[in-house]
Amino acid sequence: MSYKTDMGRVIGLGSAKEGSHDWWISRVTSVALIPLMLCFLWKVAPLIGGTHAEVLTAFQNPFTAITTILFIMISFIHLAGGLQEVIVDYVHGKATLVVLLVSTKLLCWGIGFAGAFAVAKMAFGA
Amino acid sequence: MADVNRGNRPLSPHISIYRRQINMVTSIVNRITGVGMALAAVLIVWWLLAASTSAGYFDFVNGLLTSWLGLLIMFGSLWALWFHFLGGIRHLVMDFGKGYELKSVDFWGWAIVVLSFVLTAASIMCLAAG
Repeated sequence: MSYKTDMGRVIGLGSAKEGSHDWWISRVTSVALIPLMLCFLWKVAPLIGGTHAEVLTAFQNPFTAITTILFIMISFIHLAGGLQEVIVDYVHGKATLVVLLVSTKLLCWGIGFAGAFAVAKMAFGA
Repeated sequence: MADVNRGNRPLSPHISIYRRQINMVTSIVNRITGVGMALAAVLIVWWLLAASTSAGYFDFVNGLLTSWLGLLIMFGSLWALWFHFLGGIRHLVMDFGKGYELKSVDFWGWAIVVLSFVLTAASIMCLAAG
């Protein structure tokens, strides 16, 4: 038997009011990825298995460099959001949950930035 | 606990005895392909980093990506990419409240499965042709 009112029991347990933000970021990044993914398949995928010189030359082209940098960065933002959604669905321990949420997000940002930097370095001809 | 007493109501059928429908499969495959592509994404970034480092390092990573295991991951991820691409576009359409009729759900569920393989085959042919 609780002395709390119904309202008292539910206050603070509702939506954190941020769910729609995550959902929205997922949609915006997915829209951006439609043309960027096609550019990547067109310009970069054929370079896999190619020569080093071909890769360096390809990223001298601003269109290829810019769309690849955007593709990598937005992909990893999209991936970070997706992994977060999967983790909160399947992981229940509080400590594990926090460790996984923080580590996947940091890894996504780090790897995404590293990919963007690699392309920029080749684009600027170093 | 938020829901100590849920009453003695019947539970919804468990997934193992629930008749499998195409929309259940495309839903979970969209999630699996999304998570699975993380591996290819990391490999591609490694490949780009190697290319920006030196010719020797590039040859090493480029060789790994074009080994039989590397190609298996790349072509598998190519299919995952097309599936996730089509599933994602379908999600965007459904966000507008379109495509929820049962006929439409079944049709587009199967359509993205078939299209994902068609587009994968087509893009492999384009890549092979040069």
